[in-house]
Amino acid sequence: MQLATKDLLRLATIGSVDDGKSTLIGRLLVDTRQLFDDQLDAIAEASERRGVGDLDLSFVTDGLRAEREQGITIDVAYRYATTPTRKFIIADCPGHVQYTSNMATGASTADLALVVLDVASGLKEQTRRHLCIAALLGVRSIIVAVNKMDAVDWSQLAFDRVVDEIVTLSRELDFTSVSIIPVSALLGDNVVESSSNLPWYDGPTVLDALERSEAGAWEHTTTQGARLPIQWVLRQPGGGRTYAGMVNGDTMRVGDRVTLLPANVETTITSIHFGGDEIDDATVGLAADLGLAAETNAGRGDLIATAPLPTVSNELKTTICWFGEKPLVVGQRLRLKHTSKVTPVRIKIINGVIDIAKLDIDDSTTLNTNDIGLATLQTAELLVVDDYRVNRVTGSFVLIDEATNATVAAGMVGHASFL
Amino acid sequence: MTTTPLRTSHATDHLDLLESHAIFILREVVAECERPVLLFSGGKDSAVLLHLAVKAFAPQQLPFPVMHIDTGQNFPEVIDFRDATVERVGARLVVAKVQDSIDQGKVVDPGLMGSRNRLQTVTLLDAINDNNFDAAFGGARRDEDKARAKERILSFRDTFGQWDPRKQRPELWQLYQGKVNTGEHARAFPLSDWTELDVWQYIERESMALPDIYFAHDRDVVLRDGMYLAIGPFVEPRESETVERLTVRFRTVGDANCTGAVLSRASTLSAIIEEVALANVSERGATRADDKFSETAMEDRKREGYF
Repeated sequence: MQLATKDLLRLATIGSVDDGKSTLIGRLLVDTRQLFDDQLDAIAEASERRGVGDLDLSFVTDGLRAEREQGITIDVAYRYATTPTRKFIIADCPGHVQYTSNMATGASTADLALVVLDVASGLKEQTRRHLCIAALLGVRSIIVAVNKMDAVDWSQLAFDRVVDEIVTLSRELDFTSVSIIPVSALLGDNVVESSSNLPWYDGPTVLDALERSEAGAWEHTTTQGARLPIQWVLRQPGGGRTYAGMVNGDTMRVGDRVTLLPANVETTITSIHFGGDEIDDATVGLAADLGLAAETNAGRGDLIATAPLPTVSNELKTTICWFGEKPLVVGQRLRLKHTSKVTPVRIKIINGVIDIAKLDIDDSTTLNTNDIGLATLQTAELLVVDDYRVNRVTGSFVLIDEATNATVAAGMVGHASFL
Repeated sequence: MTTTPLRTSHATDHLDLLESHAIFILREVVAECERPVLLFSGGKDSAVLLHLAVKAFAPQQLPFPVMHIDTGQNFPEVIDFRDATVERVGARLVVAKVQDSIDQGKVVDPGLMGSRNRLQTVTLLDAINDNNFDAAFGGARRDEDKARAKERILSFRDTFGQWDPRKQRPELWQLYQGKVNTGEHARAFPLSDWTELDVWQYIERESMALPDIYFAHDRDVVLRDGMYLAIGPFVEPRESETVERLTVRFRTVGDANCTGAVLSRASTLSAIIEEVALANVSERGATRADDKFSETAMEDRKREGYF
């Protein structure tokens, strides 16, 4: 049997608690026959034991005991689906505000956000927060499933009211592709099968919209220049060295003029290798290793780039999603990981916190748990960065608590255009 | 590598992307941790993991040892494959035996026919501790089980080896940070986003060797609790059971006394891929008695420190 080459689409579900994210993913997987018989049997059995009907679709992704007991999603579940031409990696994210860091985990690698909201309650503050985070994380396409249409008697009026809210917010957040679909995840209308209950709607189902959306958006951000952050140095037989890392931004080719940063050494790529074999170019997403013409003492944390070159600095203007339990304050010292580089960092200035409702910046000088704010950071060592909107790899970093090693913030170089 | 012809590489199809992502994770953990180890059972997933590790650090030797948690209830074909593979790639093999944990009185011998599956956790945690390993690569995939579906690619274990699913580190972008305090360790799962089908397609693409028991062969089996168990040193037929000689293969490889065979005529990789693509029972559901105890069997074992 010849299985066709597939592309890869990563999506994350976002939205408020109880609007039906897990149920929608359960419905999508069941109706596209991605689940095995024994998995379905186990879900039916668990549903009966917990007294939640014949088949609680949320149990497809809510796999932890605590999640099933409480009927909520605590952490991201990763599920996989395939169609003849596409592999989907689905991150089903939690809706509760206290699990925002888990939602950001799921959305940080997504090409697309599948937004789920309850038609009766419209855009809740938590849904706005999630959409705002998704936009900051660089998600440009969204599919909005306006759920629980069965509960409003399939009312077009109720749907249209929500559509207006979504369109307004999407414009503010600069989403470039927005599909809005009336669904009932519970009953299956417009998830995989078109609905006969919604004669006034003739757009795509959720599955149609997913199959039509652009894959690989994560890897192919609008870009300027190829980048390879060095992860590891490999010694070649005969004495040479190659520099290993994942290529991003643009293809690298043998003969390309490159600059090693932050040392600022100009040189040429003399060879490209993958898994011990020589190749002549390395496309975005390939974990390759490069030979360089110049003798250098390059190592982990350095970066090989083609023009236009990234910025070298130890002071960064950033956008920060703070997940720490205690507030982030000016002067605080942490550890920062950016590409393959780890350096001490100090919070120099906090320029304000984003007001999710108004989408503007207040004048707060501390960030509480789950706040998103603007901050200027000073690092001990030089970093080689691009603006996050240009390159998601060289534009992103995390902040780490030095005592516990916990990841306490997601950071992006630069400020989103809607702020 | 002077004899290899140049080829153009395009990291575009899903296997290329999964492969490079796994290599990236392997390099990142090795760079961030002091003493990593790769858990290698001789099964297909750990064989793929070892293959990727070799690619990640070629042409150099692996910068870490491989470790097998040996329950003593293995299929002999798998042990042969383990030893041949480790020798071929020139890795250092550490074998930690469940029997030693039993002899030391740390766990109770369940007897010849009893499952040693859960006992492996004690042996694994002791071996990690005794060798001061601070990171262990495993071949687990998120599509295997609903608890695994919740786990991060880099997953932390406290000083008791426990996983707390309510307190996982945020894992943003591809910024894997693997630092741990003394006594803690990280588990790293580079195959997290691979499915069973991806693994088989990759094995075929890379022309990898595997233990013979993955391919259809004739074998004496008994039907027990809905699964075909192979007659051998660890499985004897009970009085009520009839021994049958059937054409079977193994879809997963665990202990000989709790891994079921599936009826199959798939004797080549392409036939296996076709079979997997059309399967209507999950890999673990079809073949693992150890996962059938309760709704949250895997979560409970993982909390204790299991693979």
